[in-house]
Amino acid sequence: MNSQTILMLAVAVLGVPLLLVGYITLSERLLGSAAHKRSSSVRAIFWIAPAVVLLVVFLVYPIITTIILSLKDAASRGYVGLANYKYVFTDRNMLLVLRNNLLWLALFTLVTLTFGLLIALLADRVKYEAVAKSIVFLPMAISFVAAGIIWKFMYDFQPAGAPQIGTVNAVLSAVIPGYQPQAWLFNTATNNIALIVVGIWMWTGFAMVILSAGIKGIPTDVLEAARIDGANEFQIFRFVTMPLLAPTITVVATTLIIDVLKIFDIVYVMTNGNLNTEVIANRMYKEMFNYHNYGRASAIAVILLVAIIPVMIMNIKRFRQGGANA
Amino acid sequence: MHKHTSSKHPLSRFILHLILIVICAGWLVPSLGLLVSSFRPRNLISTTGWWTALLPPFKFTLSNYAYVLTRGHMGISFINSLIIAIPSTVMPILIAAFAAYAFAWMRFPFKETIFLVIIGLLVVPLQLTLIPVLKLFNALGMTGSFVAIWLAHTGYGLPFAIYLLRNFMQDLPGSVLESAYLDGATHPQIFFRLIIPMSVPAIASLAIFQFMWVWNDLLIALIYLGGTQSVAPMTVTMSNMVNSYGGGWEYLTAAAFISMLLPMLVFFTLQKYFVRGILAGSVKG
Repeated sequence: MNSQTILMLAVAVLGVPLLLVGYITLSERLLGSAAHKRSSSVRAIFWIAPAVVLLVVFLVYPIITTIILSLKDAASRGYVGLANYKYVFTDRNMLLVLRNNLLWLALFTLVTLTFGLLIALLADRVKYEAVAKSIVFLPMAISFVAAGIIWKFMYDFQPAGAPQIGTVNAVLSAVIPGYQPQAWLFNTATNNIALIVVGIWMWTGFAMVILSAGIKGIPTDVLEAARIDGANEFQIFRFVTMPLLAPTITVVATTLIIDVLKIFDIVYVMTNGNLNTEVIANRMYKEMFNYHNYGRASAIAVILLVAIIPVMIMNIKRFRQGGANA
Repeated sequence: MHKHTSSKHPLSRFILHLILIVICAGWLVPSLGLLVSSFRPRNLISTTGWWTALLPPFKFTLSNYAYVLTRGHMGISFINSLIIAIPSTVMPILIAAFAAYAFAWMRFPFKETIFLVIIGLLVVPLQLTLIPVLKLFNALGMTGSFVAIWLAHTGYGLPFAIYLLRNFMQDLPGSVLESAYLDGATHPQIFFRLIIPMSVPAIASLAIFQFMWVWNDLLIALIYLGGTQSVAPMTVTMSNMVNSYGGGWEYLTAAAFISMLLPMLVFFTLQKYFVRGILAGSVKG
């Protein structure tokens, strides 16, 4: 560790909070003895100013700029109309990218939800619930990059006859007689699924935790009443648990969809989008850094925004209806 | 927390346990394989399955860790990850707390409108901001600096932080604040002595959520730090290693485990707050 690193660490740990506390103390000094006029708008402006400035610089202004850039050429000089969008929806590689994203969207969301619900329901009935849930939730704490390495190792492939060091091929060789080891990440028939499995492994814990909280919220007497009426476990699940869980499932599904649309790291680390595995965010990164085509990169980003706008509107509506409790 | 009783039939109980244990094993095995492999010597990793190491003769080594920490740059990157993650957690939370206090307890024009915009920004894909922000950093000569990535993470973390803290602060007992005002306390006094201490549960969840997000981030670091090794966090260093070492599993597994240490520590000690943050964050995505 050189002296510059130590200096940065000191600035990071001490300087930044001191600066912010100093700012707010100083701005209150400037307002002087007006301390009791708590409805003063000027004071509120001082308190929200740092947040508003950063939100404008890092979110509002860039979003507007990106929309404008998407109508310009590769070097952002002249306007090209909707040419970049035409490219996004007609180019063969781009269509493949969109197909992959749809595959992620359907498979990832559906399987993650199903597993999350299944584990939440099953764990609710055993004594080791906390341990089981911790195990499934653990991958949420690690980075996509580490998960990518973990699963690249899981999928490792050695030619038939050689000892398999990848767990997936080793287990399948042991279980299925005459099994031919697969190069999961290279075979174009399996590689997208193999990547989606990593996503599912990471995110099921998230779905499980939220759904589990929902299940705990279902009153026991409702379930008991159904049992006394002679309903079996499946009927209880179908006609009591599911309808009561529906709002929670919607929230989880929405969150998963937002995340899956932005998926980047898993693909970047494991295949870098090669062999037909590219998704929207990776394509955008390549347009940006490999091809320096800011017009196309921006158009791809705007597609992401458009896909997410319904969720945005839903959130705003929910907030307005719920008022303070949203 | 209550348990929902279910059928006591022994066979269905057995199937229930079997399914759950198989699922748990399936979830645990990938991480276990990584951990075991990171302590195995190179020649064994590439020729035998990691599970063979669980039986004698036990042949383990620390040399993979020694290599990645020094020549593999993971030591420096660990420090870089800390330098990036600490201010990127403190800054958005403190700035958001200022704003949330104003949104919850002050009156000012366009309050509702600004807050609706913030809710809209909750789900905006960051990809939408990359090009203009990168251009801005390039113009200011900030690309590749820690300050740039601190500011970027702060900007990106703010909508959720403001949203969460404002909702929490709004529910704090108004009578306590009221009497403090009447006693002549200034806003900073009320903020630092009453609001912040009372908001600790929300701040703790938020801090863990934001810290883990920044610690595990690859995209933002990749773009605004520009791949310079001297400032690269662990995620960037690891993804470079994947490209350059290919099948060098002894290094990749050790590096991945080093990067997981801190998140796992946080996970096992502060799981309650982490889960709470996740629950609260389910609108964000």
